[in-house]
Amino acid sequence: MPISLRINGKAVQVNSEPDTPLLWVIRDEVGLTGTKFGCGAKLCGACTVLLDGEPIRSCSTPLSRVAGRSVATVEGLSANNSHPLQKAWIQHDVPQCGYCQSGQLMSAAALLNANKNPSDAEIDEAMKGNICRCGTYVRVRAAIKTAAAEVRGGKA
Amino acid sequence: MVKTQVSRRGFLQSSAGFTGGLMVGVALPLAGPAQAAGLVHTPNAWVHIADDNTITLISARAEMGQGVYTSMPMLIAEELNVDIQKVKVAFAPPGKVYGNALIFGLQLTGGSTSVREGYEKLRVAGAQVREMLVAAAAAQWKVDAATLKAENGKVLGAGGKVATYGQLAEAASKLPVPEKVALKDPSQFRIVGKRTTRLDTPSKVNGTAKFGMDTKLPGMLYASLEMSPVQGGTVKSFDAGKAKGMPGVVDVVQIPDGVAVVADTYWHAVKAREVLSVQWDEGANANLNTAAMFEATRAALASGKPIGVKKVGDADAALASAAKVIRGEYMTQMLSHSPMEPMNFTAHFQGDRIRLIGPTQWPDAVQGAVAKMLSLKPENVAVENTFLGGGFGRRIDFDYILQAAQISKAVNKPVKLIWTREDDMQHDFYRPMAVHQLAAAIGADGKPTALTWRLASQSVTGRVFGLPPEAPDGLMTEAAVPPYEVAAARHDFVKQDVGVRVGYWRAVSHNMNAFANETFIDELAAAAGRDPVAYRLSLLETQPRFANVLKLAAEKAGWGTPAPAGRSRGVALMEGYDTYMAQVAEVSMKDGAPVVHRVTVVADLGRMVNPDTVEAQIQSSVIFGLSAALWGEITLDKGRVQQFNFDSYRVMRNHEAPQIDITLVPSTEKPGGIGEPATALVAPAVGNAVFAATGKRARRTPFTAEHLAKA
Repeated sequence: MPISLRINGKAVQVNSEPDTPLLWVIRDEVGLTGTKFGCGAKLCGACTVLLDGEPIRSCSTPLSRVAGRSVATVEGLSANNSHPLQKAWIQHDVPQCGYCQSGQLMSAAALLNANKNPSDAEIDEAMKGNICRCGTYVRVRAAIKTAAAEVRGGKA
Repeated sequence: MVKTQVSRRGFLQSSAGFTGGLMVGVALPLAGPAQAAGLVHTPNAWVHIADDNTITLISARAEMGQGVYTSMPMLIAEELNVDIQKVKVAFAPPGKVYGNALIFGLQLTGGSTSVREGYEKLRVAGAQVREMLVAAAAAQWKVDAATLKAENGKVLGAGGKVATYGQLAEAASKLPVPEKVALKDPSQFRIVGKRTTRLDTPSKVNGTAKFGMDTKLPGMLYASLEMSPVQGGTVKSFDAGKAKGMPGVVDVVQIPDGVAVVADTYWHAVKAREVLSVQWDEGANANLNTAAMFEATRAALASGKPIGVKKVGDADAALASAAKVIRGEYMTQMLSHSPMEPMNFTAHFQGDRIRLIGPTQWPDAVQGAVAKMLSLKPENVAVENTFLGGGFGRRIDFDYILQAAQISKAVNKPVKLIWTREDDMQHDFYRPMAVHQLAAAIGADGKPTALTWRLASQSVTGRVFGLPPEAPDGLMTEAAVPPYEVAAARHDFVKQDVGVRVGYWRAVSHNMNAFANETFIDELAAAAGRDPVAYRLSLLETQPRFANVLKLAAEKAGWGTPAPAGRSRGVALMEGYDTYMAQVAEVSMKDGAPVVHRVTVVADLGRMVNPDTVEAQIQSSVIFGLSAALWGEITLDKGRVQQFNFDSYRVMRNHEAPQIDITLVPSTEKPGGIGEPATALVAPAVGNAVFAATGKRARRTPFTAEHLAKA
């Protein structure tokens, strides 16, 4: 029985078994490989996507739980790097190896959706689940602030 | 597929491309739109120019975060005179021309060598092609080449004559490669040394950058491999039938390292792996435990056969007769690399050839090893590098690539082998443990008059390169000899194999040796009742580059002024990879362990290619080194690694990252490496700050409350 959900605004039907982690459905069945496998246990955040706007770890979220719901991946920010977070990430040259960055961006996207002017403590809280072994943390923080400023500016 | 033509036979021979003449165009792992229209010409091995003026520059080093995807092309583009932001970049296939002169000509990314090795070579490569393009234009226009100039992708002549590189590339490719070329004076540089936006960033913020994990081939299957919980263990038995009955399973394959389930999806392979019930012959390592391994290593200091590093005067005699002697013993732990992308590779065995796609730091070794293993001609083993989701030395080893090749051959289909995080942490090549014993004779002025220094640790190079046990091992003794003035010194080391497989880990032996040396000198300063910076400076009168970075770091960190309430500072100094560096760490203590608030780094690394990348690498190395200094520790019990994932192997997270203040010393010295040294120096800086805070000397890493309680 195919399961229906929305990914980046588009309706999709997938055939994976209901216990399959959403991560592998997105990557291998739907073919969106921006979302990454890092730990398989909700410990590193590389697989972070938004489920109805909330950040979740797709490696540990069974497909059955997202049936009929709306998922956003890094590809959904924009393909042409026009999203304020993507622009800020480029401006600060945040990524090094880049493998964790999709997850970093999606956690940051969830933060900015809820809070256009996050404090350092709020950034800490939102980003503590996303490990970067390259240690891009200083730039992640700076880029979130840059993006937040742009989002606020756009609203004004 | 891009239609290509290879117009230089020498290039083809040197690159040994699996796909023959098509290699040039099709091996480019570029995201996004088609690379080029029309024919692609290769004036030399580093520059590809298409008829439509698309210019592709080759990175012969793997991009694992350190920025070579940008810095290598910057060096070529500087002399080629093209806009760095408009070029495309491709990773080199295995080929002798792409060897690393600083690592025996091997095509290996490591040792912070990429810029140091490429700094002149890649500019020469760019200049060669520029001169060939100019010569081609001169011939076409029947003018003297000296009247022409090459600028921004075009050759310009008198009277408004213009030809793009694309228009000249075919003719240029037929000309001889000039042996001698004139290079720009550094004062003329327009790209090198300037802050340059990374070329890989756009693809890394929208999900299009291709890592090994993202490889997909038509008809590809997925494999998950059960390996022995004890290193070196072998398969006794397993239940193939039950696994084969699971959904999606195509085959169950035994290979030397374990039992692989091959299935139509990764998840099916992982699920079926759970029912394999593999029984293991655990072999010789079944009783390994960390405490005994440390004891054996320490014992080897006295019982082993020391190999000399440096000897000046008779330090042992001086110590025997000294009025005051200070001794220190230091222990550094085993560590996992744990890059964010777990080990994986895709293999497609096709009878007399094989195609291998994924992340590796050492493609030519992979080619040779797989050719030998499968009895194939090396030129029939294609190795296509993707972006690496971190390397840190782990992807110098290629066990996971051999496994993928074996599995693909067994099922005769393209297979992507993906390790779990647990596989990755349990089957690493760990940074070896080390024990140091140092002793110094102290004169009336509190300064050392003689020093003895001995290290016992395991040789990585013995395993990777077969270095004989009695041979000196430069990768165990980096930064072993500190810069401080001392009249007599003996440095030597003992190789002690504790039974686990060990690997090159970012900064390699700088880590252990700098920790021992910089903690010990701090102990001598304390014993002399001197300030740690002033004491070091008093021993650096003939070492201006060391003294300069140390003074600058002290100044930038506010050394000598009161630290913020509750905080203490520690300092450390080292040369590594031709880079001179000092760090000051500012810490407070919480629940018996340090919290790091700020790290000040001053680096003198000679000429730089991309200063922004230099800063990023220092930030990266500080964080990487802090994870190891504060928490990282691989332990064994009954031969089993006791860490499985990021819950039992703690690494630094965003909210724990300190402020990092970086000063780069302007310099015209030759380039130094920057991917690693800051990793080694942060542990002693933090350890010395712990001493300043508590009076307890942190002689063992990591600096957990548990270890510090025993200090």
